[in-house]
Amino acid sequence: MTKAGTTVRTADPPLPAVRLPRRRGIELALIVLAVLLSVYGYCAVGLARNGTVPPGAAGYGAGLGVLALLAHVAVRLRAPCADPLLLPIGVLLNGLGLVLIYRLDLETPYDRAAPTQLVWSTLGVALFIVVVLLLRDHRALTRYQYVCVAAALVLLALPILFPAVNGARIWIRVAGFSIQPGEFAKVLLAVFFAAYLAANRDALAYAGRQVWPLRRIQLPTGRVLGPIVAVWLVSVGVLILERDLGTSLLFFGLFVVLLYVATGRTGWIAVGLLLASLGAVAVGWLEPHVHSRVQDWLHPFASIEAGQGPNQVAQSLFAFAAGGVLGTGLGLGHSVLIGFAVKSDFILATAGEELGLAGLSAIFLLYGLLVERGYRAGLRLRDPFGRLLAVGLASIVALQVFVIAGGVTGLIPLTGMAMPFLAQGGSSVVTNWAIVALLIRVSDSARGRSDEPARAIG
Amino acid sequence: MTRHIRHAAVFCALLLVALLVNAARVQVLEARAHDGNAANRRATIARYGQPRGDILVDGRPVTGSRDTGEQLRYERTYADGPLYAPVTGFASQEYGTTLLEHAEDGVLSGTDPILAPFRLWNEFTRSHTPGGDVETTLNGAAQKAAYDGLDGRKGAVAAIEPSSGRILALVSSPSYDPAALSGNDAGVARSWARLNGHADKPMLNRAVRQTYPPGSTFKVVTTAAALDAGVVTDLDEPTDSPAPYRLPGTTTTLTNESDGCEDLSLREAFKWSCNTVFAKLGVDVGSTDMAATAQAFGFNDTALRIPFSVARSTFDTTVDRAQLALSSIGQYNTRATPLQMAMVAAAVANGGQVREPYLVERRMRAGGATVDMAGARPVRQAMQPQTAARLKELMTQVVTEGTGTNAAIPGATVGGKTGTAQHGLLNSGTPYAWFVSWAQGDDDLEAKVAVAVVVEDASVARGDITGGGVAAPIARAVMKAVLAS
Repeated sequence: MTKAGTTVRTADPPLPAVRLPRRRGIELALIVLAVLLSVYGYCAVGLARNGTVPPGAAGYGAGLGVLALLAHVAVRLRAPCADPLLLPIGVLLNGLGLVLIYRLDLETPYDRAAPTQLVWSTLGVALFIVVVLLLRDHRALTRYQYVCVAAALVLLALPILFPAVNGARIWIRVAGFSIQPGEFAKVLLAVFFAAYLAANRDALAYAGRQVWPLRRIQLPTGRVLGPIVAVWLVSVGVLILERDLGTSLLFFGLFVVLLYVATGRTGWIAVGLLLASLGAVAVGWLEPHVHSRVQDWLHPFASIEAGQGPNQVAQSLFAFAAGGVLGTGLGLGHSVLIGFAVKSDFILATAGEELGLAGLSAIFLLYGLLVERGYRAGLRLRDPFGRLLAVGLASIVALQVFVIAGGVTGLIPLTGMAMPFLAQGGSSVVTNWAIVALLIRVSDSARGRSDEPARAIG
Repeated sequence: MTRHIRHAAVFCALLLVALLVNAARVQVLEARAHDGNAANRRATIARYGQPRGDILVDGRPVTGSRDTGEQLRYERTYADGPLYAPVTGFASQEYGTTLLEHAEDGVLSGTDPILAPFRLWNEFTRSHTPGGDVETTLNGAAQKAAYDGLDGRKGAVAAIEPSSGRILALVSSPSYDPAALSGNDAGVARSWARLNGHADKPMLNRAVRQTYPPGSTFKVVTTAAALDAGVVTDLDEPTDSPAPYRLPGTTTTLTNESDGCEDLSLREAFKWSCNTVFAKLGVDVGSTDMAATAQAFGFNDTALRIPFSVARSTFDTTVDRAQLALSSIGQYNTRATPLQMAMVAAAVANGGQVREPYLVERRMRAGGATVDMAGARPVRQAMQPQTAARLKELMTQVVTEGTGTNAAIPGATVGGKTGTAQHGLLNSGTPYAWFVSWAQGDDDLEAKVAVAVVVEDASVARGDITGGGVAAPIARAVMKAVLAS
């Protein structure tokens, strides 16, 4: 398909040069649907609990609607070709999260989290708008890759200076607000990884010696092992210093995925898995906090048999089981029995109990769709940085959902982590809006400029 | 790179599938096991999430439910707790349920399938059937009369309608307020400890769960056996019985409280409650026939449910002749619940037929629709009809001119039998005062009520503790209440 005289590119064959329909109208319709669904959930809680529509229903709907519309306008202005599903999914998940938190607030009148969460959601959407308006081209981010990694490391290290909360050293308290800096670090690290790997992927892809008898597994050379070992050390450092198993798993998983996508070397996966299992086994042995999590996963009912009553994992399983296929209905479950962290780490149990397997599957599929749209943008893009950034951001969502959802449903050991958009936690919701904003940006590039020459490649 | 992005996408898809499959495992496959886990409080929360059905006496609820606003939302209340405690029992969030609250829990809590006509639909919509009501056979006035009559003294009263077996009164004293055990706070735990540690055992249902030596009241059974077996044919023929009576095969002699019992006729002996006559009569009947008659009255029955279980009243079937002599006057191993002795009196008044006693008249849905009525109960012929007629005559004379004159009611025929049962090591305990009786209004076609009263330790001098003095006035009050209603 190339004629003599044109540049022959070694990258993947370009997609057909077709301008895709913009579909902003569909996005608007879906946003309206998402807001209506959230308001419906809000009303359902009130009807189930008190027999009346909650007094704030109109205000809640209007607030969420205005936020979503502002975001939509920003997308229309500066990312007119962006994927029309990303924003509605974010709005729906955020709205549903607010409904679930509001519903749990009814059980804990002394501790209302929904108003704060609404403030954070507003900040998150504001950040989304700022990113969409100001970041005209995602490739501009490559210039700040070292700023990003430095900021990420500082943010990760900050909580070490603050006292531990509930066994984990991941919060800092500023002016009454609890902030989890590690959440912001995720996005910054994804930007850095994408930029670093895009620039160095050829060197990293150079295969080193082959290990007999596993001829198919090609180990990377010792020299380029440096970066992966460094990231591994940072992850383990986070784990040991902050006792945050979830974040460390996420960072490491993200790096391995991006490394694999960038270089295509299965050897990286082997090395990654090896290092991960080494770290996990060592920490599982040495760190009692992590060790007990593994024990709770293997024997969730051990505390019941010991006569100490059900632990959180057992209570979470009870909640999911009580939901069955169709759920008890919003406001009618008893997931509050889980106790501590029911609005944050265990928020999914409330969804599982009150919306049932049907609702839970729908939520999982929404996340799946979000991830899929991210990957799709990555496939469409031509510049390696954009591709890696899209894949990285989507993988953050995928890994995070898997780690926390798998933890509360007893699939893997529980690690404290926020369910994206759903869980109580300001830093998390702001970060997730930033992720969606960046995905909007790259998808706009992917869909809108697929007929332009890929300038950054060379 | 595209190929590797696809690989990573497949990896993410696998994670999603794993989550979905695992969710189905927890929410569908293992759901039943989790729901049934004893540590899962959801069943308890659901149980107390709606008002409990009520127990009705004379059509009015004697129980209620209080909305506490706590996690276990509704708590049991009792309108007249101590009065009805031997019937209702308690329904505690902490200590479970007893008596009617236990036996009828399915109806009261709404879980009994009989209450829900559309079972599958209810399961689909997850709606809870409201608790149904249980109407008792009790007569409120009789219950009150019995409770006031005992006046806090240790003892019990059981009254039944002879023709049907309906229990009209069931009182145990001293009683307790079951409302003190309803909730789940620290006060409930204190009440529980206090009631269980109390020397007078207020939570013991003496009317059905405690057996006493029936003493002379058991002579009704002995007389029935003797008449049925033909050992005595003429009530006025002198019996060949010495006084004092030497127990067969021993050197122990049995005496009477009163003089002049030697060779007395059965009529006179019954009137004055001569131990010697009835001890010998029992020996003459023989242990096989004595046991058969006692068991026909309901002794040695472990299966009686009213609908809660009743302690087994005993008549020892493997006795020598001396033991049989003592057994026949309600001593040795002969023991009876007050309910059992009321059944004995009822059988006399009902032509020899024992109707199985019961407490639940009907069960209703929350709206009041009847779902279940008490059907016909099994009948047992305890003695021949003519034996019953003669016993009626004997018991009537006890009240008109014998030891039971305190039970007489103007305008009614009353038959009774006193008892003063000795117990304890070498009979050192304060004797139990017994009275069993029945009453038939002059305008009535049949006896309306049979009652048994036992008073454990009336604080009076030993010589005055007789069934006629202490227990008969209580029985009369109960019978009057029933006849008046």
